[in-house]
Amino acid sequence: MSVLSRDEVAHLAHLARISLTDQELDLMATQLDAVVDAVAVVQSAVTADTPATSHPLPLTNGWREDVVQPGLSNEAALSSAPREEAGQFRVPQILGEEP
Amino acid sequence: MSPVAAPTNETGDLTRLSAARMSELLAAKEVSSRELVQAHLDRIDRVDGAVHAFLRTMPEQAFEAADAVDRARAKGEALGPLAGVPVAVKDVLATNGTVTTCGSKILENWTPVYDATVIEKLRAVGTPLIGKTNMDEFAMGSSTEHSAYGATHNPWDLDRIPGGSGGGSAAAVGAFEAPLALGSDTGGSIRQPASVTGTVGTKPTYGGVSRYGLVAMASSLDQVGPVARGVLDAALLHAAIGGHDPHDSTSLDEPVPDVVAAAKLGAARDLKGVRVGIVGQLRGEGFQQGVLDRYAEALGLLEDMGAEVSVVDCPSFEYALGAYYLIMPSEASSNLARFDAMRYGIRVAPESGPATVETVMGATREAGFGDEVKRRIILGTYALSAGYYDAYYGSAQKVRTLVQADFRAAFEKVDVLVSPTTPTTAFKLGEKLDDPLQMYLSDVATIPANLAGTPGISVPIGLADGLPVGLQVLAPARADEWCYRLGAAVEAALEDQWGGPLLNQAPALPEGTASAAKPVSGTEGGAR
Repeated sequence: MSVLSRDEVAHLAHLARISLTDQELDLMATQLDAVVDAVAVVQSAVTADTPATSHPLPLTNGWREDVVQPGLSNEAALSSAPREEAGQFRVPQILGEEP
Repeated sequence: MSPVAAPTNETGDLTRLSAARMSELLAAKEVSSRELVQAHLDRIDRVDGAVHAFLRTMPEQAFEAADAVDRARAKGEALGPLAGVPVAVKDVLATNGTVTTCGSKILENWTPVYDATVIEKLRAVGTPLIGKTNMDEFAMGSSTEHSAYGATHNPWDLDRIPGGSGGGSAAAVGAFEAPLALGSDTGGSIRQPASVTGTVGTKPTYGGVSRYGLVAMASSLDQVGPVARGVLDAALLHAAIGGHDPHDSTSLDEPVPDVVAAAKLGAARDLKGVRVGIVGQLRGEGFQQGVLDRYAEALGLLEDMGAEVSVVDCPSFEYALGAYYLIMPSEASSNLARFDAMRYGIRVAPESGPATVETVMGATREAGFGDEVKRRIILGTYALSAGYYDAYYGSAQKVRTLVQADFRAAFEKVDVLVSPTTPTTAFKLGEKLDDPLQMYLSDVATIPANLAGTPGISVPIGLADGLPVGLQVLAPARADEWCYRLGAAVEAALEDQWGGPLLNQAPALPEGTASAAKPVSGTEGGAR
């Protein structure tokens, strides 16, 4: 039985901002379905009472003194920018045109 | 006569020496760092066309660092043990001024403007960094075939995988192109390549080595560690890169365990009173017979050296692989959201329609990410999505609790746990490329340590059908020294039987194919 449909994979790819081709969608839906089926085994290992762990070691936040530290220069921060203008990242239009 | 013999008395080839031996010869001024760098760059020129361990070499920077160390030594300055010993760097670590691709097309032109902390530390002790090594894209894979820049080949058999994701670093040391290398291990990416290439690799305790400047895949699992040909060499590199880093909020504020002393202690081959636990869940079914044969012999050796060997049950390890392939993609889907085509990396416009941030992002990630990265991002997005979160990510986190509890219970009974590092020897290139699930099974024995944050090492224990087999030694968190002690004991006992390191039995590599690694002159970055 399929747990993950092609439509669902298409929706997830959209959420993840990856414009998959139709061919990729076909292949990935099959492969991911098999993977999800296999990893679903975790559900049978635990109960509602099992506590969850998000991190390997019980670390608390590492704070430092709130003093100014050296940082990147404007030029360095922009040095790998795809496009820049006036010392800033130049990006494509953020909001779509109204139809 | 000098107590340190000249290298010509040993093999005549500087690249065959251990890092520890190079260190002695450098200290005795029998060899210069410049000579070591030259010998390794020559070796890369000769054999890397066949192996493809390197994406870039850094001759100018390496010679500059070597000359600085040689001058400092001539002046009698106090230097650390690795000063002048060349190191290769997995391309997952940021190197100031040198393109860092992470094996991905999306970062093909990214020139970091800062060094990872481990790189800064190595530069400070004077290790010439000779190049950046190949890897599965964003460290996702077990074969290095998912690199956007072509696969790396196993030095033992060029038709086979060198493991992954750090196949480049393992193949580089295995092919004598570098004595030492840096790797990163999220689910086995240091230990599994070590196992299949007959080399040594350690995943330190989580937080034991800084992750600042490591391109993040799964932040609660990622750990930087050493790749070497011998246990003492790995310990020397571990000691050089370990320790607290205020730039990494998950870094342990504790001294680095004395791994070098532990490796030396282990080489004395006395394990009287050491309690060794065989992981009951990591043997038998799914493991290749040749791997199990070498494993059984290694267990016999441990007993011969005085260790008390018993079987320890870790029932939740059966579910560790499933939990890992939910937690890792979940964290990766979040971490890789930063590749949005806005601030660095490539930017690709959509083929049709308006170019908005959203469509450019979609087109860039489609063009810039490879199949495996896309698969994992989508899988992670699924595991974290409303309606499925509790069943998948939530259950996986609970399994993580159980895995940690199993380790805790085990380490009340034994000092270390052992298993084969990988279920099989190196498989053929292409064999598992179209079957992600089969590929994932390569990590079945290495994953539990990442989920628990505990340290592990892989050391070679012989050949099965002519291909290397590795033994994994797992220790409690913050007790990395146990990995080195046991690893060094097994190594010493076996090298005694073999009459030298296992890599001496590796076939000679074909020479002369042009290297695909791009030599970088000076730095590639700076102001445009």
